[in-house]
Amino acid sequence: MNDFTVEAIGLTRLYGGREAVSNVSFNLSKGQVLGFLGPNGAGKSTTMKMLTGNLAPSNGSVKICGIDMMENPKEAKALIGYLPEMRPLYKELTVDEYLTIAARLHRVSGAHIKKAIDLAKERCGLSHMSKRLIENLSNGYQQRVGIAQAIIHNPMVVILDEPTVGLDPIQIRDIRSLIREVGSERSVIISTHILPEVEMVCDHVQIIDKGKLVFNGAIDVLKKQRIGNKLLIAMNKPPKAAELLKIAGVEEAESVSDQLMRVRFADGATPAEAIVQVAVAKGWGLYQIGPDQTSLEDVFVQLTYQEQEAA
Amino acid sequence: MIINVARKELKSMFASPMGWVILALLMFSFGTYYLNGVNDYFAVMSGAMRPAERTGVTQFVGQNVYGFASFMVLFAVPLLSMRLVSEERRSQTLPFLFSAPLSLTEIVLGKFLGLVAFLSILVVYIGAMLSTLNIWADIDFGFIVANSIGLLLMVASFSALGLYFSSITQQPVVAAILTFIALFALMFLDRFFAGDPSNTLASLSLTRHFQSFAGGLIDTADIAYFALFIASFLTLTVRRLDADRLRG
Repeated sequence: MNDFTVEAIGLTRLYGGREAVSNVSFNLSKGQVLGFLGPNGAGKSTTMKMLTGNLAPSNGSVKICGIDMMENPKEAKALIGYLPEMRPLYKELTVDEYLTIAARLHRVSGAHIKKAIDLAKERCGLSHMSKRLIENLSNGYQQRVGIAQAIIHNPMVVILDEPTVGLDPIQIRDIRSLIREVGSERSVIISTHILPEVEMVCDHVQIIDKGKLVFNGAIDVLKKQRIGNKLLIAMNKPPKAAELLKIAGVEEAESVSDQLMRVRFADGATPAEAIVQVAVAKGWGLYQIGPDQTSLEDVFVQLTYQEQEAA
Repeated sequence: MIINVARKELKSMFASPMGWVILALLMFSFGTYYLNGVNDYFAVMSGAMRPAERTGVTQFVGQNVYGFASFMVLFAVPLLSMRLVSEERRSQTLPFLFSAPLSLTEIVLGKFLGLVAFLSILVVYIGAMLSTLNIWADIDFGFIVANSIGLLLMVASFSALGLYFSSITQQPVVAAILTFIALFALMFLDRFFAGDPSNTLASLSLTRHFQSFAGGLIDTADIAYFALFIASFLTLTVRRLDADRLRG
């Protein structure tokens, strides 16, 4: 036996012959936060629906803590907390009423319901909203209620579909720290297209495009891909590229705009100091130098674009 | 677990004005019929000279009220049942139930029981109202019990059918109209075959099976009919929801 909390084995979903998700397999262990990335219509939500038993896969299987979702749906679902893309809120009820129902349906025993609700409200910053109708809450607070219902029964696996949509920056920070907190003892899967968010909260990343996994690995791998071997130099009087190439370690130099130049250096070389010295000596008017990071967006585009070329 | 789903339905029903308004209107109209029934009783009975023409007060008032009630629920049930599934489908709250540790059968049974529990308030109310006649007269409680069971079974059948029609559409109004038409047809099916009462189709009519209860007779054949009717439509609903999960 392994201690995977989520096992997806060859998940495939057909919609009228078209593969919305094809052959997606992955594992998740306790204490991991998995980020699901992908462009619109890539199959993120479809995969999440299959993981939570809302949609039957055409092929493949899902196991939650070793329990098969097809064979024992009730036992498996009891271990999951799920917030779909569209928040499933009964807007005519108050926050307390709604969370009570959520707790009851998720088998929280009668004696613990009040405690579970108080804890969930506290974690999501909802304590002062108990008696308000969900209908009258702002978008951000409704999202918090959605998250509260997903964690109310303290599930082993929490699956959140775009949890930070519609929240203000402070709320986003709170929710992210909540995700990390839950993720430290349970497993969390979130989907998002805010890329820095993935970097901040997730240990694992999966990039999915056109229903296929194009990247599956630790966040560090993705980060390494970002910070390359390039420097960006801003100068008032930029020299010719050839002059920069004379400096030891510099392999390539190109001007980006009037005052900006990009320099690629050999692996292991650290030419920054030499460049500064030369620039000062020759009076290039250097005022800024720093590593040129490929943004996560670029990596993302590269990965999904490669896939398109191969196909 | 079924109870928890039913409790949720009841809560939703009482959280919106719809439930309260329908309850209030129905109780008002039943009350009026009851009052008229009692008034008419003395007028009609004082005119009935021969003993054979006389009926008991329970039967006279009861038939008046229960006959009217079985007709009124034809309008009330579609309005209450229409939102059960279609509203959840439209506001996308079904995943809340689907991802909870519940089987589809539990969800459907819970929703059905929630609605029946709500409607049984009416049945109990009518029963209690008629029992107050006992203060002045010596009434026939057996008659009231038989009628109450009949009305409850009929209301439950209506609810099962309404639940099914609610599950096949996203629009509550469409569900209400479909339910109303189907119930109307089933209620008055026997009228179409009035000339040929032995016709098989006529015995599918809901009214015909209510008639024995209305006369104070609890007939197992009629109970079986209602039970089968309810079971069929609940099964169809479960299958319809299962198709959601399979086809997405």
